[in-house]
Amino acid sequence: MPVLETDTGPVWRRRTRNQTLVRWFGWLLGVAVFLYCWQQISDATTWFFVWDAPEIAGDILGRATPPRWSYINNLWWPIWDTLNIATLGTIAALVMAVPVAFLAARNTTPSAYIVRPIALLIIVSTRSINSLIWALLLIAIIGPGVFAGIVAIAIRSIGFCAKLLYEAIEEINQTQVEAITATGASRWQVMAWGIVPQIAPAFAGIAVFRWDINIRESTVLGLVGAGGIGLQLQGSLNTLAWPQVSLILLVILAAVVVSEWVSAKVRGAII
Amino acid sequence: MTATDTELSALLGTRWRRPPLIRRAWLRWTLGIGFLVYLVLAVASVEVNWARVYEGLDRGWAFVLAFTSPDFTSRSGAIWDGMVESIVITVASSVVGILISIPIALGAARNIAPLPVYMVCRGIIAVSRALQEIIVAILLVAIFGFGPLAGFLTLSFATIGFLSKLLAEDIEAMSRSQAEAVRATGSRWSQWINYGVQPQVMPRLIGLSIYRIDINFRESAILGLVGAGGIGATLNTAFDRYEYDTAAAILILIIGIVMALEYISGIVRAKVQ
Repeated sequence: MPVLETDTGPVWRRRTRNQTLVRWFGWLLGVAVFLYCWQQISDATTWFFVWDAPEIAGDILGRATPPRWSYINNLWWPIWDTLNIATLGTIAALVMAVPVAFLAARNTTPSAYIVRPIALLIIVSTRSINSLIWALLLIAIIGPGVFAGIVAIAIRSIGFCAKLLYEAIEEINQTQVEAITATGASRWQVMAWGIVPQIAPAFAGIAVFRWDINIRESTVLGLVGAGGIGLQLQGSLNTLAWPQVSLILLVILAAVVVSEWVSAKVRGAII
Repeated sequence: MTATDTELSALLGTRWRRPPLIRRAWLRWTLGIGFLVYLVLAVASVEVNWARVYEGLDRGWAFVLAFTSPDFTSRSGAIWDGMVESIVITVASSVVGILISIPIALGAARNIAPLPVYMVCRGIIAVSRALQEIIVAILLVAIFGFGPLAGFLTLSFATIGFLSKLLAEDIEAMSRSQAEAVRATGSRWSQWINYGVQPQVMPRLIGLSIYRIDINFRESAILGLVGAGGIGATLNTAFDRYEYDTAAAILILIIGIVMALEYISGIVRAKVQ
């Protein structure tokens, strides 16, 4: 037990002197790194604009209120597109994620040394790139529009869905699988009757969860030209039509709240 | 005979069928048919220019090939500057976001905070979570001008919503007895938090913080698309100029850093829990 010897006797200390020193240097290093980063940001900032910011913010707020409610009639079709991007993208992602998840799970993969790392690489690489970047790439390849948005959302969601799904597959109850195997079932029958029923609730939960996230993401895909309500947002921002911008932001906010409510309801019903 | 017995004898001789996921038949059919109708309408309303897609396949293949020969050198200056800026934004916004989110998490835990404070803190969390990073970034760029400051503020704001919510849930789930034991020694409020609450939630706080650093880096890669600093601007330019080899190099760097961060966060989380 580390103690500090004083005139009146030993006093308890939480750490030895060396531990204290190491921690102190750790904090010093951390603070130094942070200050360096702040310095970099500060150097790249035009502070004159920052001091001006409250006025600008007030000015924008003044221009943006009240929202131009009549513009809502131009928004119904983009909202429908946004919903389609999210839903069709999620469905496509799930179709592709299921085989990847079965190949990535330790207990169902055909080969732990060759196939599993490839499946894991697909999961990591699709997951670590944002859907906006996928959209940029797909627009360069297949042209702007809703279809690029759907494919971008689908690719981005594969990794997320497959990761959660393969973790669910690895956690299944093995005795049920054994029971089905003991009846003389083939590999595919074991899959259909022993594994699939166990992961079906998790699958439904993941699907709805990802759909909720995809609604959020598809609202901004239009910023790079991939269809949906983001296109209108980009157009309104470019023409400085702030009353339209505020209306679109309200619509996006409502969409996010509604999709979160739906997803919470469905997941509550499943689990 | 009991109810289960009659149920069983009624089933005798019939073929076993797999129980459906949704038990109520009318709900199952309504959901199923509704979903099918929606699907048909949705697919019908998506306009795909297949000729354009077919033309683009060559370019898609060129991009896939670019991954085998990524070009790190010819735009190395721009890539390096963008990466450093992304990392700088990530570090600064994570530090500031975590520091601000701790008091807000304390305020948003119902077993610690009084009702008015709870409402205010939950309100802050709800606003931060409802607004997406990219939209916040657009507004902040309009207000503060182009540059990493807008990105830094965006990610700090997003960190607050994420971290405060999860940390507050952990604080609400903590063991009451340990906190009460510290309070029984006659500690002040700050001592109570420091010795009764903080040790219980520290592992979770560290795990969440590292996870959030990971997310912040990924998000900082797209902030450049709207002018809020980071590697996104370089990536966007590379795509616009069809320099797929440079774009591939940037994407490989992003994937590599994210993988490294995930690996580190896995180790750290295993260590603290």
